[in-house]
This record gives sequence, C-alpha cells and structure tokens, in this order.
Amino acid sequence: MKLLTLRRDIVCQEAVELVTDYLEGTLSRRETRRLEAHLAACEGCEEYLRQVRATIRILGRVQPEDLAPETRQGLLELYRRFRDD
Amino acid sequence: MSDDDLARRLRSGDESAFAEAVKTYHSSMVRLAQTFVSSRAVAEEVTQDTWLAVLKGIDRFEGRSSLKTWIFRILANRARSTGVREQRTIPVDVSAGATVDGRRFDAAGAWSDPPAHWSDEIVDRLSAGPLVAQVRAAMSELPEGQRAVVTLRDLDGLSSKEVCAVLEISEANQRVLLHRGRGRIRAFLEGELAKR
Repeated sequence: MKLLTLRRDIVCQEAVELVTDYLEGTLSRRETRRLEAHLAACEGCEEYLRQVRATIRILGRVQPEDLAPETRQGLLELYRRFRDD
Repeated sequence: MSDDDLARRLRSGDESAFAEAVKTYHSSMVRLAQTFVSSRAVAEEVTQDTWLAVLKGIDRFEGRSSLKTWIFRILANRARSTGVREQRTIPVDVSAGATVDGRRFDAAGAWSDPPAHWSDEIVDRLSAGPLVAQVRAAMSELPEGQRAVVTLRDLDGLSSKEVCAVLEISEANQRVLLHRGRGRIRAFLEGELAKR
C-alpha cells in the first residue's frame, strides 16, 4: 500500500496531512523531496503551510495569566509550613 | 539561572529558589492543569498540591530530565487523575483524521476550494490583542489530548521529547495530537478571517 503511494505524486489532500511531520523533521528524505516538489508547484498548499506557521506564531503569543500576588503569598506560606514541619 | 542550580537551591531549603520556581512555572502549570480538570479553582488546587509534592520529592530529583519537565510531569499526572475522579476525562481523541474538510478537495484530492491568502496579513496583525484572545478561547475548545500537546509545545515552548515525557505519550502520538490541534486552530483562524 505504502509502496504504491510512494510511486506517484502527492495530492493536496495528502500534503496537508504531512505538514506537521514536515515541520517536525520526521519525514524521510524521499517524502520530504516529494512534499517540497508539491509545495513548489501548488499555491494552495504553500499558503496552507504558511498558515500553519502563522498559527504557531500566534499560539506563541498566548501568555498564561499573571501570577496573582495573593497566590504567590499563599504558596510562600505553604512553603514555610512545609519547611517548619 | 540553570535548572541544576535551581534544583540544588530548592534542596537546600532556599525560599527564594521556591519563589523563583513559582514565578517561572506556576501560571503555565495552572494552564496545563485546566486541560484535565473541570474548573480554574480545581486547577489551582492541583497545582498547589503539585508544589507540595515537588518540595517533598526534590531530593529524589536526579536531573535526568529538566526540572521543568519533572515538575510538569508530576502536575500532569495529578491533574489527569483528578479529572478522572471528576469523571470529566474523555479518553483519547478518536475524532476523524482529516484536518481539512474533505469537501474542499476534488475527486483527485486537489484543492477545489483552496485556502484564501491571509498568512502574511495575520503576522502583521500579531501585535493586535483581540486575535490572540480569540485563539486563547479557541484553545479551550480543543479535545483534551490536543489541547495539552499544543499548550506545551506552542504556548510553553517545550520540545517534542519534553512533551512526551510530561504527558507519557509516544512521539508518534504526540505528533498526531499536535497535527490535529494546530489544524483546528488554523481552521478557527480561517473562519475568523473570513468573517471580516
């Protein structure tokens, strides 16, 4: 089954499912070449890959909430109780 | 300061080291815990229990993983079992595999409805807060496993190896969850940008 897919070109529907493996660097050299050949020829898939990269950048902007002073204080008190036990 | 230094100071009972660890990790820990439990309050509780477990167990920390990975792993285990007790935890995602709606491709698998161009534009708008806030909200809609992996990888910046260690999943599983989670957030952004 796999051999059959290796022999023909990647189609868009397959390419979008390879994007994460590609970004993670876990595709084989051969698969990487096939995907890159497809991306070079396919504007839609190239944009799709750019969108996934943009998505990752936006996700990187999502900060956790600031540590509330009373939470910090509560944890320091927890620490002192633990230490003094 | 390096992880090793921080671990050594924690072991020696240095309160400022504890304060520093709290400052560095607490908010991210609560965020990860929220993936598994029912409410913010429960997530805070689990995180507080984790700090106590960290203090009790720091002598056993051997530095084979980073301190961060070790702490997050304790947290993930506790949050997961709390989630199970709350009967909230839904076992592994068995959702369909496709990250893009199949109707957007023709019979041969080529785009019939290709993505509109917005990747450049969105990077320009990154400094705009509203979109980031919307993405934060969209994250909370992800299935548990996807949410945990995307949170650790893309929000907290852990490596794939660290994420596997924290969540006790295989590399292959990590990639699948990352792929689906990122795919859903991309689709969410696509929907938001189409509204304008």
